[in-house]
Amino acid sequence: MATIFWKELADHLGSKRFFILSLIILVVAGTSVYLGIQAFRENPENVGEYAYLALFTTAQSGLPSFLSFLAFFGPLLAVLLGFDAINSEFTKGTVSRILSQPIYRDSWINGKFLAGMATLGLMVASIVLLIFGLGLFALGFPPDIGEFGRLVVFVVVAIVYLGFWLALGLLYSVLFRQTASSALAAVATWLFFTLFLYMIAGVIADQLAPIRSDSTASDLLRNQNIRDFVLRFSPVALFEEATLPILVPTYRGLSLLAMLTRTDVPTSPLSLGQSLLVGWPELVGLVALTSVCFAVAYLVFMRREIRIS
Amino acid sequence: MIVEAKGLRKRYKDIWALDGLDLTVQEGEIYGLLGPNGSGKTTTILILLGLTEPTEGTVRVCGHDPVREPLAVKRVVGYLPEKVGFYEELSAWENLRLITRLNGIPEPEAKRRIAEALEQVGLKEIAKRPVATLSHGMRQRLGIADVLVKKPKLAILDEPTSGIDPEGAVQVLELIKRLRDEARMTVILSSHLLYQVQRICDRVGILQKGRMVAEGTVAELTGEEGGLLATVAGSTPELRARLEGEEWTVSVEDLGGGRLQVLLEEDGRENLFQIVVEERATLLELRPRSRSLEEIYLRYFQE
Repeated sequence: MATIFWKELADHLGSKRFFILSLIILVVAGTSVYLGIQAFRENPENVGEYAYLALFTTAQSGLPSFLSFLAFFGPLLAVLLGFDAINSEFTKGTVSRILSQPIYRDSWINGKFLAGMATLGLMVASIVLLIFGLGLFALGFPPDIGEFGRLVVFVVVAIVYLGFWLALGLLYSVLFRQTASSALAAVATWLFFTLFLYMIAGVIADQLAPIRSDSTASDLLRNQNIRDFVLRFSPVALFEEATLPILVPTYRGLSLLAMLTRTDVPTSPLSLGQSLLVGWPELVGLVALTSVCFAVAYLVFMRREIRIS
Repeated sequence: MIVEAKGLRKRYKDIWALDGLDLTVQEGEIYGLLGPNGSGKTTTILILLGLTEPTEGTVRVCGHDPVREPLAVKRVVGYLPEKVGFYEELSAWENLRLITRLNGIPEPEAKRRIAEALEQVGLKEIAKRPVATLSHGMRQRLGIADVLVKKPKLAILDEPTSGIDPEGAVQVLELIKRLRDEARMTVILSSHLLYQVQRICDRVGILQKGRMVAEGTVAELTGEEGGLLATVAGSTPELRARLEGEEWTVSVEDLGGGRLQVLLEEDGRENLFQIVVEERATLLELRPRSRSLEEIYLRYFQE
């Protein structure tokens, strides 16, 4: 499996795709640092003691924060690495040549998945470190150990999240014989989860629990809960919910109650453990989604007939 | 016995691609699998390699069961797929290097084998070129080099000469033969180009609709169909009667216009000349019947 892993990793790192991705990453890192620094200069109290974390979550004047950028575009990058992993081998005719070598069939798909994960990990880690470094340069004081710990956890969660999309790309590459169809399916899924589900969630919530001028607080709450429930089918929403408490120490969750207290009661930051607890269900959901997606791809691939023609 | 398969059946959805196939291949043999498209050649090969499982039947390849111990089989069997593909952006050398890595061949040994294999197929000069720049014939030869670096006991070549020009095809066939002679490699090759099979194969099996319809050495297969075909012009009823009376005559057929077609055994040749001369008829043509596999083959597949 090691052979396949290194071969695939070398392919990823040497590919044009990866070059383009790296360019995008550079731009994003630059913007997010710029936004963070701006916010810090304008309003140091607001940013408070977590200046470094703010670099990742500050959105301003129409530019998205790094976190939403990662949640939105990260999947596209991950899917790009996986969507043609298996079916391109079929179209190239390399499948039977590789699989007639003395390797287990699963070490092939495992090696491919791990190489994709390593590439994504490398990408996320390097971009986070880059922002960190630029931040250090611009802010002029070092991050404390707590911030660093939170960022490490964030990187791990981000890799799991991108791993889901990689596994999805891999699944489509097993299900579809043509790389064009798997690419289209992958992009369609990405659009559905990043855009449509957000619209649908609102519509469903308004249908089931309409809000009128005479609505009570419990109606509002119900509307909000339904919306959240539908949204949680999307890994994008799960990721945002899971990482917000990690990057925003004062964050207490998405519920209406938490939102109300956030404005009314001055909140003190939670410890890392407590923050993790806030996003724990979402975290577990993400890990489960990633595992299930890969497991399905694995099973379908293992049963696939090698016959080409 | 390198390959021993009994009662192989394979079902793809609602079609039986193989329907009770028996196959044995001896060590050091070049065995040719013949048959039209869709007759089950590739399916048979995939089963031998353990790349697909038979629905029914048993297989042994080099003493291993490809279903239970696919790795043991793949370690000693080299395979050239019908449409061989390479990683286009890697060089010929790197493609082979990947194969040696997957086979766990240590570095110095691997480099030696790759150089040797590329030399044997005559691709030494283009070793560093990306595969994307190679011609079809070069790729096919690279595919054979790919089999060679493994130094397999058994090489299975699916259409090894497809898409190569005649000169290249001859080279490939010579190479296959040399490998058998020098490296004592057993070879199974599938093809629908008959003259090639005839040229190098020790034994041939003809597949049709997933069954073996004929098997044996080329000589055996063509020998069964021996005899001579004579066409005689200016025949008379007496001539016909005389010919039919001879014991070496197999059949006489009237072609019309005073022409007869006579199928006779080899030893009737001289008598035939004599009779034709005596009856004042003319011998238009005398030729051996079914000297090539092609006619046998066509006979099986005309139905």
